[in-house]
Amino acid sequence: MLLIRCPYCEEERPELEFRNAGEAHIARSADIAGESDDDFEKFFFIRSNPKGIIYERWRHMHGCARFFNAVRDTVSDKFLMTYKAGEPKPAKLPGASK
Amino acid sequence: MAKTATRKTVAAAPSAERRAALAGQELSATGVRLAVLPPAERISLRAPEASVAALAKALGVTLPRKPKTSASKAGRTALWLGPDEWLIIDEAGKDPLADCAEVTALHSAVGISHRNIAISVTGPAAAAAVNSGCPQDLSLDAFPMGAASRTILGKVEIVLLRTAEDAFRVECWRSFSDYVFTFLSEATRDAAA
Amino acid sequence: MSGALRIPGAGRLSQAKTARFSFDGQSYSGIEGDTLASALLANGVHLVGRSFKYHRPRGFLSAGAEEPNALVEIKRDAARKTPNVRATVQELYDGLAAQSQNRWPSLAFDVGAVNDIASPLFSAGFYYKTFMWPKAAWKSLYEPKIRAAAGLGVAPDQPDPDHYSARFAHCDVLVLGGGAAGIAAALAAAETGVRVILADEQAEFGGSLRFESGAKIDGQDGFAWAQAAIARLKALDNVRVLSRATAFGYYAQNFVALVERVSDHLQNPGRDLPRERLWQVRAKRVVLATGAIERHMVFADNDRPGIMLASAARTYLNHYGVAVGRNVGVYTANDSAYAAAIDLKKAGVDVAAIVDLRDNPTGPVIDEARALGIEINFGRAVISAGGKLRVTSMTVQPKNGGGERTIPVDAILMSAGWTPSVHLFSQSRGKVAFNDETKRFVPGTYAQDCVSVGACNGTDGLSATIDEAYAAGAKAAKDTGAKAARGTKPKVDASESWSRGMLGAAPGAGPDTTVKAFVDFQNDVTAKDIRQAVHEGMRSIEHVKRFTTNGMATDQGKTSNMHGLAIAAETLGKPIPQVGLTTFRAPYTPVTFGSIVGHARGPLFDPTRKTAIHPWAEAQGAVFEDVGQWKRAWYFPKGGEDMHAAVDRECVTVRKTAGLFDASTLGKIEVVGPDAAKFMELLYTNPWEKLEPGRCRYGIMLREDGFIYDDGVVGRLAPDRFHVTTTTGGAPRVMNHMEDYLQTEFPHLNVWLTSTTEQWAVIAVQGPKSRDIIAPLVEGIDMSDEALPHMSVREGRICGVPTRLFRMSFSGERGFEVNVPADYGQAVWEALWAEGQKHGATAYGTEAMHVLRAEKGYIIVGQDTDGTVTPNDAGLDWAVGKKKTDFVGIRGMARPDLVAKGRKQLVGLKTKDPKVVLEEGAQVVADPKQAVPMKMIGHVTSSYWSENCGRSIALALVAGGRDRMGETLYVPMPDGVIEVEVAGMVFFDEKGERLNG
Repeated sequence: MLLIRCPYCEEERPELEFRNAGEAHIARSADIAGESDDDFEKFFFIRSNPKGIIYERWRHMHGCARFFNAVRDTVSDKFLMTYKAGEPKPAKLPGASK
Repeated sequence: MAKTATRKTVAAAPSAERRAALAGQELSATGVRLAVLPPAERISLRAPEASVAALAKALGVTLPRKPKTSASKAGRTALWLGPDEWLIIDEAGKDPLADCAEVTALHSAVGISHRNIAISVTGPAAAAAVNSGCPQDLSLDAFPMGAASRTILGKVEIVLLRTAEDAFRVECWRSFSDYVFTFLSEATRDAAA
Repeated sequence: MSGALRIPGAGRLSQAKTARFSFDGQSYSGIEGDTLASALLANGVHLVGRSFKYHRPRGFLSAGAEEPNALVEIKRDAARKTPNVRATVQELYDGLAAQSQNRWPSLAFDVGAVNDIASPLFSAGFYYKTFMWPKAAWKSLYEPKIRAAAGLGVAPDQPDPDHYSARFAHCDVLVLGGGAAGIAAALAAAETGVRVILADEQAEFGGSLRFESGAKIDGQDGFAWAQAAIARLKALDNVRVLSRATAFGYYAQNFVALVERVSDHLQNPGRDLPRERLWQVRAKRVVLATGAIERHMVFADNDRPGIMLASAARTYLNHYGVAVGRNVGVYTANDSAYAAAIDLKKAGVDVAAIVDLRDNPTGPVIDEARALGIEINFGRAVISAGGKLRVTSMTVQPKNGGGERTIPVDAILMSAGWTPSVHLFSQSRGKVAFNDETKRFVPGTYAQDCVSVGACNGTDGLSATIDEAYAAGAKAAKDTGAKAARGTKPKVDASESWSRGMLGAAPGAGPDTTVKAFVDFQNDVTAKDIRQAVHEGMRSIEHVKRFTTNGMATDQGKTSNMHGLAIAAETLGKPIPQVGLTTFRAPYTPVTFGSIVGHARGPLFDPTRKTAIHPWAEAQGAVFEDVGQWKRAWYFPKGGEDMHAAVDRECVTVRKTAGLFDASTLGKIEVVGPDAAKFMELLYTNPWEKLEPGRCRYGIMLREDGFIYDDGVVGRLAPDRFHVTTTTGGAPRVMNHMEDYLQTEFPHLNVWLTSTTEQWAVIAVQGPKSRDIIAPLVEGIDMSDEALPHMSVREGRICGVPTRLFRMSFSGERGFEVNVPADYGQAVWEALWAEGQKHGATAYGTEAMHVLRAEKGYIIVGQDTDGTVTPNDAGLDWAVGKKKTDFVGIRGMARPDLVAKGRKQLVGLKTKDPKVVLEEGAQVVADPKQAVPMKMIGHVTSSYWSENCGRSIALALVAGGRDRMGETLYVPMPDGVIEVEVAGMVFFDEKGERLNG
């Protein structure tokens, strides 16, 4: 069971309290109704599924109930950092493997 | 007219009987005692930072800003559940919903007195009993007196409040109370180990 | 006397406490503190099992958890029957009953042993190669036969009456292994005051101090020192000491799972005592002190009962006071076997000879053995063992060939050296490194905050071990923020030291031979099998492992790994580190399902949710159905009614007078804030801004892909407050979906969501008499049609308690839903019921509710929709706000495929024979005469007998359904084709006049 640092609770908490919510930083268009089929396809269906660093959303479902973002290495399963929802993608990652 | 008359007569009759889930159930084992606590008034309070002072004043209790903490005054406890979320529990029979109704500052107060059931877990093995199904560190350093958190017990969500070194208040939703009480009953059999 | 081979004065058990036990029906006597293994050995019993594949007779190899052979069944009663218990681990209690496995009709005469004679047939890869054709025979013939013949032990066929407990625990320093190293590390950490957990798999702490007679620490015998140190640790508040606790899995971020065997060793465990306790420990630092496991020698017939590890024989003697034979031989490539020979000789056991593969080893143990008059043969190999059910002799030959000599023995003690137990380290994702000098894999690169100490780290000698462990324990504590320790390091006064040993097959079992020299006893893998695997093209050690099954199953490489690897490397002509090590998988030793399941059995398997009104329904004799975790009243049979009759009566009564229905399980969410309407606009297809307070609307929620996700009636209580209802099953995910959009897509909106599902008990009162039933109990709400029209909501009081009273209908009749705080639910229901009785109302369950709504063509999300249905498909276009520019699903709904012609649309189906009720899920075709497989154009989603309509009714998703009105379609079933006519979705009161009726 992983320990995940919740940026709102400001501490590491057991994975059982969390739920993964898919890839992060996929913006929903302000004019979604006017989006082309291709753009909607990219927005809704296409995910990066990388080997290595992934930016993903988690929810501290059974804790503070906040959604937040996390950077995780899919190879080592290690969380590099977590940050609040709405904050930009971090420019620098602590201890990234590459 | 007869209809109206009937209406008044019935309305004047005593309130419907309140039947709380698991009312009065308790269990004692070596080192730990469980008891279903009496009904309390509760609200789920949501508010931005700017409204906190006004709400705290109206409620007469501090709304803690620090995660995993609570504040208590005159039978009323405010538990930090999230950055803009508090669970207010009033055991003194006063209605926090009414107190919030007078606050004009932005907020959401929703009555949940009947949604939750509270079970107290007390005794030297209380933490061990809760730890049978709760993955959090419940040592006094990590979860001191007054610490409060939404978390997991077995397969359900609870809100856990440490009311004393060897006492916890476990809050859960009404329909999960049977599971929670049964789970804790099982856990108490082995808690003293 | 507890066995003829018990040596007076030897061992640590008290002769006074005898325990009777049985093995294969034969009664024996042992001593409290014995394991089943030591007690059997004391009685001269070596033959305890038959091997997995060849059914070869087997005895004890070890005295610990690594035991591959001595697997027995322990039977307490018919339900408490545990197969594959290692006799070397099972502690004796008075009355213990054990049975051997994998033999028929008896252990000494086993028909399956024919496999041994036929063994050339059963070489590595036999199953893969033999049972290939015909393919169909695998399932029907080969697999059942193989499964019946293979496998060890028989699973119990009754529910497990024991209970298992679980505990999450946190500590600063977790020390795994309670030998000299673990104890020293725990002492150092504990003295700083940090939280320490020390765990060992054995009943008693001490590890190899149990047999190392030469160890002296702090002026005491090593084992006595260990017990004193444990007593000191147990007395500390900051230390938890767990014996009989095996750390079986090491997971991410220092999360370690241990299983503590609480009562398997007790004669009469108390009822409250769990059988096992699962500890899930999160540690800031882990100290691995898991020791080392002695390796056997790989020579012909090295599996004969009586042949065992030298350290095991020493443990049986020095701890249990049992001689494993009267005339033992020793075969070694390592000093440690000498110590066993010396201890046995001193205890009065004849040592026939020591055969040492090394040419001219020197050292104090060799001198001592010689001084005791033991015959020592250097540079020689044991090339075979005589005997079948028990070893009778060993045949010795110079290792480079030459004259053979057979020496009679009744036991052979062997040692090829020691393998560091890096299992947990490896599970922690640490990378092992090969030490070329000592030929050992030892911890190399660490992946987690842990450290290895002592034998598992390749550290030799007691002094060095304690130095290393004590320092590591202190450092681990310091790393967690502890102050410096105040204690003193244990001082080693005397110790034993051993040299290295050998890997792979010994002379006489080399590539040119066909002998059975076992590498993996548990899986019956020989040196020859490993070579064959390489010859047949396996290059990777992982492939060799799978082809031969070496190191698989419960062994997990404890005894077999290094030998197998060395033989593979030799055959491949590569150095060992280039061949690499197979993965050590959890669990380290087998774990019961019970301990993993823990409390989650019976009522705790999954929560059972009941509404506030449940007790009333139960008292009325309702039949319940499971809806998710909820128990819902399904129907209320009266006086011998079957389901059909009860549901018909309930449906008719609702439309004739009224019915009461418990709708409490509906999800409820309170949406509050100045932007509540804006938020609702974004989450639902419908328009909300203009909905007046006091009015309700049926809302549809889509996912971003444009498909229906949920639906429900929403009431606006105030400009900034909505009371949203969701489907019963959808409540948690709808809440999550709404929170997701609110927190991450629309965080600028000032609105908050609160689940009020369980705050309110909901009593639906439906039917022409519904108002008459409710009105007398209500205060403060004008219930006239003008003041409270269909689809409106008012707050007031009922029976003196607060209510949110909805005028709404899921039956098509005039209807209300009375929301009251849950604890009042039953009392208000009872009051409404009393009023209802005056009008002849019925209570109705979910089945009648389904029929009533289907008569009206109201859909159920998740039944009539399946995640691929758009509002248009469901005929709900009217609920989509045409002028809206944004809501979740607006774009998805416009995707080409979702607006294409010919999509499946929800329609009604009427069977030509009104008495025939279609099956839900049945497929619909246009032409029943076409060839199979037919082209399916739709399926039935809902189907019921409608007593109110006097016929069957059904809803179905049919391609281009709305253009097929009146068309005849067909539903092919196993016993014939059913003709149906496509119809509208409303079967009853098409004009909807009864809503105000």
